[in-house]
Amino acid sequence: MSIEIVVTESLSCSYREGKVLDDISFQVERGDYVGIVGPNGSGKSTLIKALLGLVTIGNGTARLFGTPLSAFRDWHKVGYLPQSLHLVNPVFPATVHETVGLGLLSLKRFPKRLNRDDTAKIDVILDELGISDLKYKLIGEMSGGQLQRVLLARAIVNDPELLVLDEPTAALDPETRGRFYAMIADINRTRGVTVLLVTHDSGAIGEHASKMLYLDKKLLFYGSFDQFCCSSEMSSLFGEHSQHLMCHRH
Amino acid sequence: MNLLEILSYGFIQRALLAGTLIALLCSVLGVFLVLRRLSLIGDGLAHVTFGSTAIALALKFYSVMSLLVTMPIVLLASLGILKLTEKGRLSGDAAIGLVSALGISAGIILASVGGGYNVDLLSYLFGNILSIRSEEVVIAALLCLLVMLMLSLYYHELFAISFSDELAKVSGIQTSFINSILVLLTALSVVLAMKLVGIMLISSLLIVPAAGALQLARGFKVCIMLAAIQGCSSVIIGIIISIMANLPASATIVLVNLLFFAAACVVRRVIYPAHSN
Repeated sequence: MSIEIVVTESLSCSYREGKVLDDISFQVERGDYVGIVGPNGSGKSTLIKALLGLVTIGNGTARLFGTPLSAFRDWHKVGYLPQSLHLVNPVFPATVHETVGLGLLSLKRFPKRLNRDDTAKIDVILDELGISDLKYKLIGEMSGGQLQRVLLARAIVNDPELLVLDEPTAALDPETRGRFYAMIADINRTRGVTVLLVTHDSGAIGEHASKMLYLDKKLLFYGSFDQFCCSSEMSSLFGEHSQHLMCHRH
Repeated sequence: MNLLEILSYGFIQRALLAGTLIALLCSVLGVFLVLRRLSLIGDGLAHVTFGSTAIALALKFYSVMSLLVTMPIVLLASLGILKLTEKGRLSGDAAIGLVSALGISAGIILASVGGGYNVDLLSYLFGNILSIRSEEVVIAALLCLLVMLMLSLYYHELFAISFSDELAKVSGIQTSFINSILVLLTALSVVLAMKLVGIMLISSLLIVPAAGALQLARGFKVCIMLAAIQGCSSVIIGIIISIMANLPASATIVLVNLLFFAAACVVRRVIYPAHSN
């Protein structure tokens, strides 16, 4: 039996300038790797933020792990990685270790305290992502790729069941980007973590995603990667050449 | 007058004790405020304190009793700044400017209606730490205890919202509640700090130690400790120099603080040349 991790029904969101998302319905099952694509301003980031309760939903509903978003409290099941460059204040004085430790707060009750086990957990994740040598460096001293790994470590240190990534590689060079996507795919495969990935990088989606969600304010396509590759509607939307490039793994 | 002689006076002991406690509060809170880009909230709340002190004086609440009027007003104003930022589609600095203007204009009108600018009110503009009373020291100590307790209980939440509001929310942290705690503690500290440096210089107690600590800190906790050390040292050194050189205490404290900041910038360039630009 499949377990629904994310379900939206007729979800709509509006900003002052008008509707950004209109009547979006889809469901994500455990273990899915969903690539969310669409042109600029199509509402991809808004969709992610709506699912995380960061923007107000106008109409419709969203459920996480079967619970309506307004009543959802199990945030330890969710890891979130935003676009890092927008996030990090370059003079913020936190070390890598302190930053990754923030990811464990969702597991803690008041008063939140990190103990030795937590420190060990942080060390393990830094090791897994190959950044243990950066442990005591300040986050403002990281390169784009290093920072992205630190924020990924923060997002997965609490062993989430759902990992949400919003254009995580926008500031990375192609080689670092490739390594980063391989890391996400590995997390999806080996840990069984459900992944929602917003990106402009259609090549990466083609390489790793099991499902595709194409958005342009409305949901234009949602289905398996194979369905996407065979869809004539998507061919006419992307052009056959682009669709072929995206589907090149087959 | 030598140092031992200076330290033997009761009013100087009170000034040093209260000043150190207030500096500790302001410098620790300042780190969170600076990182949350709310540096000027101290200025805004100081202006509101000016207005509310005018109300207190008009109602014949003098000295410590004036806190009964100023505290609730300044606490409400701090929440007002937060609500304007959250709901009023205003940035933090615009919200602070708005509330600040309301505070200072209300103060001026009340002072003028009440018979012109009186000495009591003007003393709040520049502060007078050397006239601090025993009961004010006790209030400073109690408040210091409260703020430190709250900071220790909510340290990780405050750290998280300072790093990123968005990430803190997705970690299940009630960011509005934590923001409210931060501004309320700041409001309490500002009301007390008025006596130390006055309205004109209050934001320097919040901003300068944090700015100095940010030059050198290699970690968040270290940053808070460095800010506290700088803030407290500036007050102690500033008060002593002001007495020895017969200078106004408030301005001397601020100048010593700025010297610490300048020294921190120099040390940073020497120790971490790669990260100085």
